[in-house]
Amino acid sequence: MSEKINNKTVLFNPLSKDNPVIVQILGICSALAVTAKVEPALVMGMSVIAVLAFSCVIISLIRKTIPTNIRIIVQLVVIAGLVVIVNQLLQAYAYDVSKQLSVFIGLIITNCILMGRLEAFAMSNKPWPSFLDGVGNGLGYAIILVIVAFFRELLGSGTLFNYPVIPASFYDAGYSNNGLMILPPMALIVVACIIWVHRAHNKELQEK
Amino acid sequence: MKSLRKLMDRVKPAFYGGKLSSFRSVYDGFDTFLFTPHYTAGVNGVHVHDSMDSKRTMTIVIIALLPCFFFGMYNTGYQHWLAAGETVFPFWELMLYGFLAILPMVLTTYIVGLGIEFISAQLRHEEIQEGFLVTGIILPMILPIETPIWMVAVATAFAVIFAKEVFGGTGYNIVNVALVARAFLFFAYPAKMSGDKVFVATEQILGVGPKVADGFTCATPLGQIATASGGDFTVTGIDQHAISASDAFWGLIPGSFGETSVFCILIGAAILLLTRIGSWRIMLSVVAGGLAMGWISNLCETPTYPGSYLNPVDQLMFGGFAFAAVFMATDPVTAARTNTGKYIYGFLIGVVAVLIRTYNTGYPEGAMLAVLLMNVFAPLIDWCVVQANVRRRMRRLTNVENQLDAVEDNKEAKEGE
Repeated sequence: MSEKINNKTVLFNPLSKDNPVIVQILGICSALAVTAKVEPALVMGMSVIAVLAFSCVIISLIRKTIPTNIRIIVQLVVIAGLVVIVNQLLQAYAYDVSKQLSVFIGLIITNCILMGRLEAFAMSNKPWPSFLDGVGNGLGYAIILVIVAFFRELLGSGTLFNYPVIPASFYDAGYSNNGLMILPPMALIVVACIIWVHRAHNKELQEK
Repeated sequence: MKSLRKLMDRVKPAFYGGKLSSFRSVYDGFDTFLFTPHYTAGVNGVHVHDSMDSKRTMTIVIIALLPCFFFGMYNTGYQHWLAAGETVFPFWELMLYGFLAILPMVLTTYIVGLGIEFISAQLRHEEIQEGFLVTGIILPMILPIETPIWMVAVATAFAVIFAKEVFGGTGYNIVNVALVARAFLFFAYPAKMSGDKVFVATEQILGVGPKVADGFTCATPLGQIATASGGDFTVTGIDQHAISASDAFWGLIPGSFGETSVFCILIGAAILLLTRIGSWRIMLSVVAGGLAMGWISNLCETPTYPGSYLNPVDQLMFGGFAFAAVFMATDPVTAARTNTGKYIYGFLIGVVAVLIRTYNTGYPEGAMLAVLLMNVFAPLIDWCVVQANVRRRMRRLTNVENQLDAVEDNKEAKEGE
């Protein structure tokens, strides 16, 4: 690599300017599926950070020994191994959340963000920048997930972390929860709104 | 009228070059709404010279909606009096009650919807479009009368922003805005949009109307059918008399505000057809589709789906089917544009509407979802129709070319001899 890798940009760019969800539009499926409540969204985000960071390090360490023609298989094996570990840990220590997330922890394997980062970054960089890149992208994903889940849980269920935050007097006055917020289509619209606000603030991201 | 014109002229300089220049679109909007636009196409050139602009189109649609609207007012009062157990129905009090019941909803849709339209026109430096005039009156007419005002406001805002403004404003929306608002309410607040508590106004308004007992319930005919078990059911009104298809035709039954009376909807349809604003192709094919699907479902009637016991004509009389066929499916922006496409589009709306209301007992009425679904498919239908036309003409062209070639070949062969 001829150009110098700046660790700071590697870590912080994915949070906003190069966000995997709202700029690269990756990992949308899981963003729809797990964001009805904040708690599962947070756990999902942390799982992706862990899997992404460590798979980046591992792939980066062995990047010179992987034959190019079977690199996808090697990457998948690494990711799958880490996902199984995370899944077992969740089942052992956070059984309720793991039940809510059900199949979606397993489906981290198919999350485009992971394959994308491994191919684009970890395969051609040293372990430490790769680790930061993994953490940064995982964080970027987790932040969007939590923001979406915040609005969906607040408006859809009137709770945050399963703790009721909308006072009972509101309900007595005729307020009721928005059932559409619980349904997946609304996650898309919330993500779209975030993209809208984000691009309005970052003019250079707007397509002509 | 003259004093109004004078007022508009006096404040004009402030908007044109004055302090309020940035609100010029608001001024233009009001000016052209109140008076005939002063700018017209020149005499030269190829412009179509016709006084039919989109403002006039909208106004005629509103006139066509008025019979349903007035009937809705009367029916709202009538159902309320009936719910209170009254046997005398004073006409003007009924009308007043219905007016007071619907007024807040109409005001809400117009204030919220036009407010958003004005703001977005300002932001884009465009003129204000008049597309919301019809949406604002149609939306209250397809909602249950007991819908809370704040829900109407939220749904209007959602629909105008996400179904219309993000697509580019009036004329660019791919789905019907009023139906998006209703669908939003239907999925977001199902308890307030269906069931047996929302279709009859039970509160006294400003002291008008008799008192109704607490906990009063009455479902719409389709609501009763959807929850009926087996094929042996009678649909009843508030006073427990059986509702026949002719009751549903005249419309004194519980239901959404403007959609109960097929008779008034037919008056509206006549106005739309005489002025050639509504497409007869769409209306006809929606009815044909509804009859066809109603006939099929009636042929294989089963106790699992009580709706299948309705005969095809009843299917057209009950619920929002007629209203959707006349005022929703014919929306020129979201319907198919080609003539063949209109037949396909309308027919499928009719089929899907009856399909949903018969075979999905969770949704007593399917007209709304059917129109929304076909709105999405309308461009595809048009594309297929245009492509088929292109292919047919290409084939004709190649046929002619082949014949010409054959003639040439013959000539050459003869000359060769």
